[in-house]
Amino acid sequence: MTEPATVAPPRHGPATPLDIDGIRADFPILGTAARDGRPLVYLDNAATSQKPRQVIDAVSRFYASENANIHRGLHFLSERATAAFDVAREKVARFLGAGSPSEIVFTRGTTEAINLVAQSWGRTSLRPGDEVLVTEMEHHANLVPWQVVCEQTGAAFRAVPITDRGELNLDAFDRLLTDRTRLFAVGHVSNALGTMNPVRELAVRARARGALVLVDGAQSAPHFPIDVAELGCDFFACSGHKLFGPTGIGVLYGRKAILDEMPPWQTGGDMVERVTLEGSTWAPPPARFEAGTPPIAEVIGLAAAIDYVERVGLDVIGHREGELLGRATELVRAIPGVRLVGTAREKAAVLSFVLDGVHPHDVGTVLDDEGVAVRAGHHCAQPVMRRFGVPATVRASFAFYNTADEIDALVRGVERARAVFG
Amino acid sequence: MSSLRELYQNVILEHNRSPRNYRVMDGADRRAEGNNPLCGDQLTVWLKLDGDVISDITFQGLGCAISRASASLMTAAVKGKSRATADELFERFHGLVIGDRAAGDPETLGKLAVFSGISAYPARVKCASLPWHTLKAALEGEGC
Repeated sequence: MTEPATVAPPRHGPATPLDIDGIRADFPILGTAARDGRPLVYLDNAATSQKPRQVIDAVSRFYASENANIHRGLHFLSERATAAFDVAREKVARFLGAGSPSEIVFTRGTTEAINLVAQSWGRTSLRPGDEVLVTEMEHHANLVPWQVVCEQTGAAFRAVPITDRGELNLDAFDRLLTDRTRLFAVGHVSNALGTMNPVRELAVRARARGALVLVDGAQSAPHFPIDVAELGCDFFACSGHKLFGPTGIGVLYGRKAILDEMPPWQTGGDMVERVTLEGSTWAPPPARFEAGTPPIAEVIGLAAAIDYVERVGLDVIGHREGELLGRATELVRAIPGVRLVGTAREKAAVLSFVLDGVHPHDVGTVLDDEGVAVRAGHHCAQPVMRRFGVPATVRASFAFYNTADEIDALVRGVERARAVFG
Repeated sequence: MSSLRELYQNVILEHNRSPRNYRVMDGADRRAEGNNPLCGDQLTVWLKLDGDVISDITFQGLGCAISRASASLMTAAVKGKSRATADELFERFHGLVIGDRAAGDPETLGKLAVFSGISAYPARVKCASLPWHTLKAALEGEGC
């Protein structure tokens, strides 16, 4: 695959040389074969991203020579593992623009991070008459936990509708945001539509009404620089595995003043201060929210992933993905019978579409036959599918290691699906 | 034949384009709905029973080519057959799509043998079997 050594003039970020061959060589899986021996074209990055050798090696090195439990051993290995773990937390704090590492809680993923807030903060703070505001474009992970905690507490659940382009209806947002709104939960980037929401502006309005703001950053943290202070959110959740790191590790950023007031969610070892048979007291955050042995190797791997993307540069990543998305949008849209689902003015790295008369699963299977891995389904966003009147979509999602040739393979596959079922 | 051509054999493509018995049935004795929440496929199966025999069967729904063709071919295969024969056909069909040749010998399945390519695509097995599960639910249900 030949690629220009330098990206074209900037749209958002700076024009910086990107050694695409070198980058692809860092990801061993990109050199493997897919069905029937065809070269893998991996366009399912919104589901999970691939891992560079640097991450795989960090996890492997930890198990081979550094593995021990943390925060309790007095021995050499435990001290080293604890130090590496704590350095990783500092790295994540800096990466997200948090004020202090104590604002970073490690979780199993974005889903667990949001459930933690819903069940710890929500369950103890929400009352009948309160409202929780989400949006119609949320992933189920930022929707169902709020439905459940509203049922548990008697608070009302509201959702901001979306427009035909797949953008939030801002007039409706202003109407739905009231003095009763206790929390506004919004996805930074929609996993199903690719829409980039104007989170900063929404957070200003929500906080002016006294609401807390939670941002689901699962689909944004891998694509552009995040600064929680600048976003003005109270909580930010993201997943390691979409950020070129391991599965089973996620991050919850929580503003210190709020975390300090939140009760534990899960209880057990490592999250307590003092335990007697009469009762227990809780450790301060973040330990209060990290009961049990954490996923230590995964945290180490996440730190290696952050090192990796910072070395490439998130500005460079965002810029390159913008070009890939632009090319894919133009070429796929031109295929007769294709309808794009999600045509927001600001989008990131996701192209969702349907092909007239052909079910998305059949498109997905034909693409798979070409070695092209995409997602076909409802993308855990069933209200979005209902909004656009489709049972499912085909979703191609990009990472900076994808190439123009891979987008051409996607286009060929969709054209072939048209031919097979036409 | 490539595995894709083996999956989407011409009979499947043709039944997807023009499904048989694709209509709402008035005065049905049984009706059942099948859903696959994972992919959003949904279909309804209507039956008329004459004693133990499926005297008429129709379906409607939304789904991929595999599930649509499977429903279409299923209606053709079980119309006029007894419940026991339909049950037994489902057993063998299931064997075929999961690649268990002993349970589902393609030689004994007539036109349904076109689904033999599915076993190479485990994620699609549920597409082919959804209509059959729905038929079973209709047979085991009571009234409409």
